[in-house]
Amino acid sequence: MKVNGREQPRNGLETVLALLESLGHDPQRVAVEKNGQIVPRASFRQEALCEDDAIEIVCFVGGG
Amino acid sequence: MLTREELHAALVERHGADIQHKLDNACVGIAGLGGLGSNIAVHLARLGVGKLVLVDFDVVDVTNLNRQHYTMRDLGIPKTVALQEQLEAINPYLYYEAYTERVIPANAVRLFEGCDLVCEAFDRADQKAMLIETLLNACPDMPIVSGSGMAGDGSPNDIMTRRRFANLYVCGDGESDVASGLGLMAPRVALCAAHQATTALRLILGKRNP
Repeated sequence: MKVNGREQPRNGLETVLALLESLGHDPQRVAVEKNGQIVPRASFRQEALCEDDAIEIVCFVGGG
Repeated sequence: MLTREELHAALVERHGADIQHKLDNACVGIAGLGGLGSNIAVHLARLGVGKLVLVDFDVVDVTNLNRQHYTMRDLGIPKTVALQEQLEAINPYLYYEAYTERVIPANAVRLFEGCDLVCEAFDRADQKAMLIETLLNACPDMPIVSGSGMAGDGSPNDIMTRRRFANLYVCGDGESDVASGLGLMAPRVALCAAHQATTALRLILGKRNP
């Protein structure tokens, strides 16, 4: 699958939440798009990943 | 006091008639009126953006004065009220819609759905993520211009605007986090706000690339 434009093996990662955790991201501080559609936070745990998915992850930091 | 016509003619003279016509008819939402949002609002009012939707639940506090567009006179006053007064002094002929409430998933769409685009200007990273998820899900055609990474004393040249997703623009260095103990200081916060306001301007003019 593609994560932020880069090919990476799925390595048994089943869900968006598992991918975020494997990358060390706090799920409360990211926005995720799968194949061009926003994935709501409440669905991170259920949203399944397949080999041909394109995932975009935007991480936010605090301050404003 | 200038009349509406006199002030508008001055804007047309500076910006050009075609550009000003687009600005006159634009509506921009600003979520959060702190260091980013107050500065973004001032820029957009100076441009003459026809309608601004301003949302913040908080009052002006002494800890805001190092970077937010308020003065000692505003202490204890809702940011919506204090900011609207300043914006009306810049251009009293624009339409300002101010809501003194906390933005949550249940009200975000109601507050911002009439806007052409929204500037995300919250302080907390989880609130930034919440707003973007909620609005891009409910209004996928409405661009969001977010600020992320403007704390500390890093190089001003690290503040950039990047397009992410189809309709999300992220301004900032992407890394400098207040949570890591970095302070927020006026020029770097204002620089990020100016990126957001410039991106809002470009989107109003139909320019989709950062």
